[in-house]
Amino acid sequence: MAQSSMKAGQQDGGPSGGDFKESLSTRYGLDRGFTVLVSVAAFVGVAVLAVLLVDVTRDGSSMLSLEFLTSFPSQVFPENGGIYPALIGSLWLLGLTGAISVPLGLGAAVYLEEYAGDTRINRMIEVNISNLAGVPSVIYGLLGLGIFVELLAPITGGGSVLTGAMTLSLLILPVIIVATREALKAIPNSIREGGYALGATQWEVIWSHLLPRALPGAITGIILALSRAVGEAAPILVVGVSLYQTYVTTGPFDGYMALPTQIYDWISRPQEVFQNSAAAGIVVAMVVLLVANSFAIWLRNRYQQRS
Amino acid sequence: MAIRAEGTRSGAEAWKRNSRGRETRERVVKFFLMACAYLSIFTTVGIVIVLFEETARFFLKVSPVEFLTSTQWAPPQGEFGVLPLVYGTLTATFIAIAVALPLGLLTAIYLSEYAPRALRRWLKPALEILAGVPTVVYGFFALTFITPFFRDSVFSGIQSFNALSAGLIMGVMIIPTVASVSEDAIYAVPLSLREGAYALGATRRETATRIVVPAALSGIVAAVILGISRAIGETMIVTIAMGAQANWLGSPLEGMQAMTAYIVQVVGGETPRGSITYESIFAVGSALFLMTLALNLASYWFVRRYRETY
Repeated sequence: MAQSSMKAGQQDGGPSGGDFKESLSTRYGLDRGFTVLVSVAAFVGVAVLAVLLVDVTRDGSSMLSLEFLTSFPSQVFPENGGIYPALIGSLWLLGLTGAISVPLGLGAAVYLEEYAGDTRINRMIEVNISNLAGVPSVIYGLLGLGIFVELLAPITGGGSVLTGAMTLSLLILPVIIVATREALKAIPNSIREGGYALGATQWEVIWSHLLPRALPGAITGIILALSRAVGEAAPILVVGVSLYQTYVTTGPFDGYMALPTQIYDWISRPQEVFQNSAAAGIVVAMVVLLVANSFAIWLRNRYQQRS
Repeated sequence: MAIRAEGTRSGAEAWKRNSRGRETRERVVKFFLMACAYLSIFTTVGIVIVLFEETARFFLKVSPVEFLTSTQWAPPQGEFGVLPLVYGTLTATFIAIAVALPLGLLTAIYLSEYAPRALRRWLKPALEILAGVPTVVYGFFALTFITPFFRDSVFSGIQSFNALSAGLIMGVMIIPTVASVSEDAIYAVPLSLREGAYALGATRRETATRIVVPAALSGIVAAVILGISRAIGETMIVTIAMGAQANWLGSPLEGMQAMTAYIVQVVGGETPRGSITYESIFAVGSALFLMTLALNLASYWFVRRYRETY
C-alpha cells in the first residue's frame, strides 16, 4: 500500500519535482528547508493579524476615549463623533439574533440527531443545511429584503432591527445546528438507554440528560456564530440598516445603526479624520471579538479536557 | 427523578392519565422540533423564489443573452452585461486562492505533521480568530495599509482601489478555511502509511509531500473549492478596497467592481422597488447564488466520490 503510493507519488513528481535523489545530504538539506518553509507559512496569517491590530490601533488611538463610546457620530465635528447608537444597535442585533437563532438551531439539531430516521427527506435536509452554510451572506440580505422587509412589512416594521436580526439568524442557523449536532453525537448511548430504562420518554431524556451535557460544546459554536453575525455588514446593509440616525434604538421595531456598517460608512468618506474614527471603531469591534472568541475557545478546551 | 416522584405519588389511575398527557407533550414537542429542522428547507425555497421572481422581472426588460454575453456594464445607461462584474469577482478570487492555497496547505501540513502539541493548541484558535475578523476590518486594512505599501514600494502606478490588495487580504481571510478542511483530511490519513514510508527510509518531507498529501488529496481539493466559494461570495473587502467601477479585462492594479460589491452599491442608494436597477441586484444575486451553489455541490461531491477508504 505504502509502496504503491510512494511510486505514484514519484511518478507525478511531488512539489520538489523530479526523481528520487540518492544523495543523503541533498535529501536532508531539502528536509530542513521544508521544515522551515512550513513553519514560516503557518505563521503568515497570524503575523498579518498582528500587523493589522498594530496598524488600526495606531490609526485609531487619537480618537479612542470614553466619549467615543458614548457620543453620537457627527458630520460637523467629526473629531467629537462616537459610536454610541451603533453600539446600542449592535447589542440589539446580538440579543434578538440570539433569541431567535439559538432555540431554532437547538431544536433543529435535536430533531436531526435524536428523532429523524434515515429517510430521503432527512438526508435532503442535511445536504441542504451544509449548502446553506456556503451561501454568501449578501444573498441572505436579498432574502431578507424580499421576505422580511417587503412581504412581511406589517409584522416586522420594514427595515427594523427585528428584520436585521431575523436575517442574521437565518445566516448563522447552519453553524449553530452543526455545532449542536456534534455535541449531541459525542454523548454515549448509555445515557439515553439509562433514561429510557427508568421510564422516561424521549423528550424527558433529551431535556434532563442530553441538552445539559451537550450545552458546553454547543455554546462554543453559538458564541462563534453570534460574533460572526454581529461582525457582518453586507446582509444588514441590504435589509436597511441606518447609516445615520439621531436616536438610539429602544425597541425591536425601531430603526438601527450597527458597528460594522458605521465603520464602513466612515471608511467610505474621503476625509482623513473619518479614517481615524473608522480605525477607532475597529479597535472596539476587535476587542469585543477577541474577548468573545477567547471565552468560547477557553470553554471548549475546558470541556474537551473533562470528557 | 421528577418522573419517579410523579409515578409514586399519583398511583395507577393517575399514572395512566398522566401518561396520556406525556404522550401529547411528546407529540407537540416533536412537531415543534421538526418545524425547526424544516425551516432550513423553507430558507432555501425562500432564497430561490425571491431571487428568481425578481430576476424574471429583470429578464422581461433585459434579454438574458445580453446579460450573459455583453461586456458593457453601465446601469444608468441601461447597459446590463454582467461579464465585467464576473471578471472583477474572478480576478480577486484568483489572487486570493494564489495566496490561500499554498499558505493554507502548508499550514495544514505544519499543524498535523510538524507542530508540537502545545503550539498546535495555541495556533488553531489563533487561526479561528483570523477567520472571525469582520470583513470590514480586512477591507480597511487593504485600503489604508496594503495599497499604500505597494504604492511606496513596488507598484507606484497602483490605483487607490485595486484588485491586488483586495485579493491578497481576501486570501489571508480564507487561509483558515483551506487549512482547517485540509488538516481534517490530512489528519485522517492512517499512521501506518507514514510508518511504511519511514520504514523505507523516506525523510519527513518526502513522507509529507509524497505519501500524506496524495492520500488526502480529495479533502484538499474540497478545501480549495470551499475557499473559492467563500472568496466569490465575500462582499465587504471588495466593496471597500476594490472599488465601484466595472472594469472588463482590467489589470489587477486597477479598480474594478465585483458582483457582491454592485449589490451593496445599489442598496446604499435610494433605489425604488420595481425599478430596473432594483431588479438587477437580484439578477446579479442569482448568478452569484448559482456560482457558489455549483462550487459547494462540487466540493461535497468530490469528498464523497474520491474519499480514500482505509
